[in-house]
Amino acid sequence: MSVTAFVTAALAAVAIVASRGLRQRAQAVVLPVATGVLLLALWHLWAESTRYEIATPGEPVRTVEVFPTPERTLVAFRELLSDGRLLRYSIASLFRVAVGFLLAAAIGIPLGLWAGWSTRASYSINPFVQALRPISPLAWIPIATLTFGIRDEAAIFIIFLGSFFPIVTGTMSAVRSMPVAYVRSAHNFGLRKFELLAHVVFPAALPQIITSLRIALGVAWLVIVAAEMNAIQSGLGFLIVDARNMGMRYDLVVAAMLVIGAIGIGLDFLVRRLERIDSVRWGFTKE
Amino acid sequence: MSAPQTGERAAKVVVRGLSKRFRRGREELLVLDAIDLEIASGEFVCILGPSGCGKSTLLNLLGGFEEADAGTIRIDGEAVTRPDPRRILVFQDYSIFPWATVRENIALGLLRRSAKEREEIVAHYVELIGLQGFEDSYPGELSGGMKQRVAVARVLAVSPEIVFMDEPLGALDSLTRLAMRRELLRIWQRGRMTIALVTHDVDESLQLADRVVVMTSRPGRIAGIVSVDLPHPRDPSASAYNALKLELFDLLGVRADV
Ligand SMILES: Nc1ncnc2c1ncn2[C@@H]1O[C@H](COP(=O)(O)OP(=O)(O)OP(=O)(O)O)[C@@H](O)[C@H]1O
Ligand SMILES: [Mg+2]
Repeated sequence: MSVTAFVTAALAAVAIVASRGLRQRAQAVVLPVATGVLLLALWHLWAESTRYEIATPGEPVRTVEVFPTPERTLVAFRELLSDGRLLRYSIASLFRVAVGFLLAAAIGIPLGLWAGWSTRASYSINPFVQALRPISPLAWIPIATLTFGIRDEAAIFIIFLGSFFPIVTGTMSAVRSMPVAYVRSAHNFGLRKFELLAHVVFPAALPQIITSLRIALGVAWLVIVAAEMNAIQSGLGFLIVDARNMGMRYDLVVAAMLVIGAIGIGLDFLVRRLERIDSVRWGFTKE
Repeated sequence: MSAPQTGERAAKVVVRGLSKRFRRGREELLVLDAIDLEIASGEFVCILGPSGCGKSTLLNLLGGFEEADAGTIRIDGEAVTRPDPRRILVFQDYSIFPWATVRENIALGLLRRSAKEREEIVAHYVELIGLQGFEDSYPGELSGGMKQRVAVARVLAVSPEIVFMDEPLGALDSLTRLAMRRELLRIWQRGRMTIALVTHDVDESLQLADRVVVMTSRPGRIAGIVSVDLPHPRDPSASAYNALKLELFDLLGVRADV
């Protein structure tokens, strides 16, 4: 096994070096694949090096694998898939993130628009947003569980806090950095309050709002795992602590970690699609 | 310094003793110093001056976007205190909205009209500026000249009495600029609009204006006003044209033979 992994690693390394001669298009395929293979092989070798054997007299020798190999992780992944935990826990985590994030956007965007537009609103809102923002959402876990119990609401509350601050501050600064000429033109053409908001302030701020949503969703996904490790009895974060506590199942731990990573990429991909809306593309292209 | 008066036409805009300062840290910067100016109804005036002399500041005051430190601006006898759709200012940059299509940009001042009326007006001005087929394009997909034409159409769509334009053609290449000048003249000649256009291009002012107002650099004062009594189209090789050009260069304090 060891020899196969070693040879694979060496071949991947050679492919990486040799790909220099290929065309750009080919490199774009070869390099990530070869690097992936190299990482898997190194992972395998490292996992094998942590393996040890227990010899008890009168019993067959047992091999204990502390850190799972990629193969073992794949088996663990199948186990999670077939016993339904993967789907159930992924949905649980995604549900909490979705509710907390959407709530944060629904409150954060209007509040940010208002605080960015009105100096008076920013005087009252901004100091408190700035004071609460540096507190990690995880610091709220004790208060969240005290208030909501070990329930979905506690996790949703923590996700809400984690996404709310990037959204409010992002929206606020988007409105503030808007060129005055836009607002002056709108006044000049006789636009009134609501028209000004709908036709100028909001669309002008939208590209930056979308960027802040993207950041907020990234934070939410980071935070949900930690929240579930502490404040709740289900979800992918819970799966990780549970697998460790119930029999040192590090293969399940690693499988769950990889799933978390994959879902994170998927979520980011989804928000990035917002950048392609016709009326915001101007904010994401340099002339 | 004798400013040629606006003749028999009634004065639309009357500026008296207009001064404006900006505070920069502890310093005070006098940007406009005692400006006196009259613009007749239906007149095309160009404001010519070096960069930083306060041309944009003057337009912002005329448009009602900023307050003067001294002096008055009256339009039709009424003091200017705030922006008004009867007089539109086209800003130096950021003239049209990048998030809105050509159609939506032109319809900006028509939000309270009926949908049908709005559509008719937009279609009319899209045709006038020759952008049929681009109604649903975004500014990012248009050339500089096309964008400037959209800015013009957006203004015309609300039929203002006065248009203030801050270097509307400044960002364009020289060929597009010539075409746009012709188009501006055509539009001005068909309506009864009063136009004040800022430029730092001497030829541009001579091609367009009834009168050219020359400003000095900091603090901005009026160095002189030159009447251009030449019929359109104006021939830049005519001796009368060149005499006026020399006069303008002289007022600007630069030698014309460089
Ligand atoms: N809001 C402001 N605060 C402080 N100073 C200002 C402000 N606006 C303009 N100024 C100063 O006033 C002077 C005149 O500016 P203005 O924009 O009116 O010049 P301009 O003639 O339009 O120049 P350009 O041809 O380069 O557009 C400049 O020195 C500028 O720095
Ligand atoms: Mg200017």
